[in-house]
Amino acid sequence: MCGIVGLYLKNPKLQPQLGAMFRPMLIEMTNRGPDSAGVAVYRNPVKANEVKFSLAHDDRAYKWRHVEAGLEEGLNCEASIEQVGSHCILVTNAKEEDVVTWLKANAPGVRVVGSGHTVEIFKETGLPEKVYDRFDLASASGTHIIGHTRMATESAVTTAGSHPFATGADLCLVHNGSLSNHNRLRENLKREGMEFQTENDTEVAAAYMTWKLRNGATLREALEGGLKDLDGFYTFLVGTADGFAVVRDPIACKHAVMAETDDWVAMATEWRAIAHLPGADDAKIWEPEPSTIYTWGGNA
Amino acid sequence: MHELDLKALGVTAINQNLYHVPKDTNDRQWSIRNPMGQHAIACGVDAPLMIDVMGHVGFYCGGMNKEAEITIHGHAGVGVAENMMSGVVWVKGNASESAGATANGGLLVIEGDASSRCGISMKGVDIVVGGSVGHMSAFMAQRGNLVVCGNAGEALGDSIYEARLYVKGRADNLGSDCIEKEMRSEHLEDLARLLERARLKHKPQAFRRYGSARKLYNFNVDHADAY
Repeated sequence: MCGIVGLYLKNPKLQPQLGAMFRPMLIEMTNRGPDSAGVAVYRNPVKANEVKFSLAHDDRAYKWRHVEAGLEEGLNCEASIEQVGSHCILVTNAKEEDVVTWLKANAPGVRVVGSGHTVEIFKETGLPEKVYDRFDLASASGTHIIGHTRMATESAVTTAGSHPFATGADLCLVHNGSLSNHNRLRENLKREGMEFQTENDTEVAAAYMTWKLRNGATLREALEGGLKDLDGFYTFLVGTADGFAVVRDPIACKHAVMAETDDWVAMATEWRAIAHLPGADDAKIWEPEPSTIYTWGGNA
Repeated sequence: MHELDLKALGVTAINQNLYHVPKDTNDRQWSIRNPMGQHAIACGVDAPLMIDVMGHVGFYCGGMNKEAEITIHGHAGVGVAENMMSGVVWVKGNASESAGATANGGLLVIEGDASSRCGISMKGVDIVVGGSVGHMSAFMAQRGNLVVCGNAGEALGDSIYEARLYVKGRADNLGSDCIEKEMRSEHLEDLARLLERARLKHKPQAFRRYGSARKLYNFNVDHADAY
């Protein structure tokens, strides 16, 4: 099962309503995935010399201020942290890899959920409605947003095993389906230096994309590689800095529907998620074809 | 004309309403508002009703239909009219995968495109698609007609039994045991009748016919090594 949903706003006037428009979409997919939920929202881009991290810790009372102060002192940089539920958004002018190294050494238990200039990723176990509201996402303003409701089949129900999975700067992946060659692929990717936090199949797909992109592939090339190397059933929705991409496996039995109006483009596992959007009745609606990469807004 | 608001009543109540209409009723016009993409709308109807669904529907709309004429004024999700027995299901927009799956009879018209596996395991239904169909359409089709006014995707008619497939556009990737067949006068007549029922103006002569080579009916001992 699992449900995936994405909303990309073509009309900038709607941006203040992004989170409110998306809330019923995600909640409608609850009975496809009541275990956990996650959202990647693209908002508040940082300056060119800055990087934005989404971090998480299982302890809700975790003292994020220590991380902020420690980073400033340890890396001689500026850092600001805003706590959002069990997550926090860190903005800093330090180098991305230095921050990751510092966190590993000095902040045990802190997970990097995502990073880039605009993306913010929030995910947790629990009903989608509760997760969404815990992170106050209904008030989110932004350009686009993707989400996932999870019914776990391939690995445990944990926050780390929830989607979206980050795949590089401002990139993340949500998945409906299951991969059958993830164990072997994980071992291959480990030999290439990729690190894994879970036994989750989607994390392997995300790591595969990250590895491809690090080696100079464009997003389109990485997705085309995935069609060859990932075995299993999948509909992927990939959030990018300025839009999103959709791709389905060659058999395409994991549902997907897309819709477009003058104001927005939406993708979901089932139409009923999109039906809540203003103007949905008059949208152009179609099912994305197998082995075909669809992109909006980005330069994939 | 009866109007049912799905938002207020929910799918179960609406389907119960339609199911319990007496078969000999003169009160045949029904309209369903606010379908909101919900699943299994107007399933199991068993009376000659005229039902208009005013919007886009989710999965299995019109499933198991007997005698009713159901018009979907929008897009239809997975498995529209699956296992239909008789009557008509008419989709004004596009349809998702497995349209008309396993349907025994009746007519399914899709004005737009149908996605993959259209007419999978069809058992006697007539399906007319104004646009194109996706891959694996008419997979294991047993009986009935599938008319495609656009193109057919990969592996059309794979493992087909006795259904007849008519395609106007490209069908350059046929499935296992599916072959092009001669279009004889009785086929042109059948096709003309189906196109007329679907209110489509194409000329039957512009279509090509595909069907079973009947090579998979019996086990071929020469292929034993393949198993």
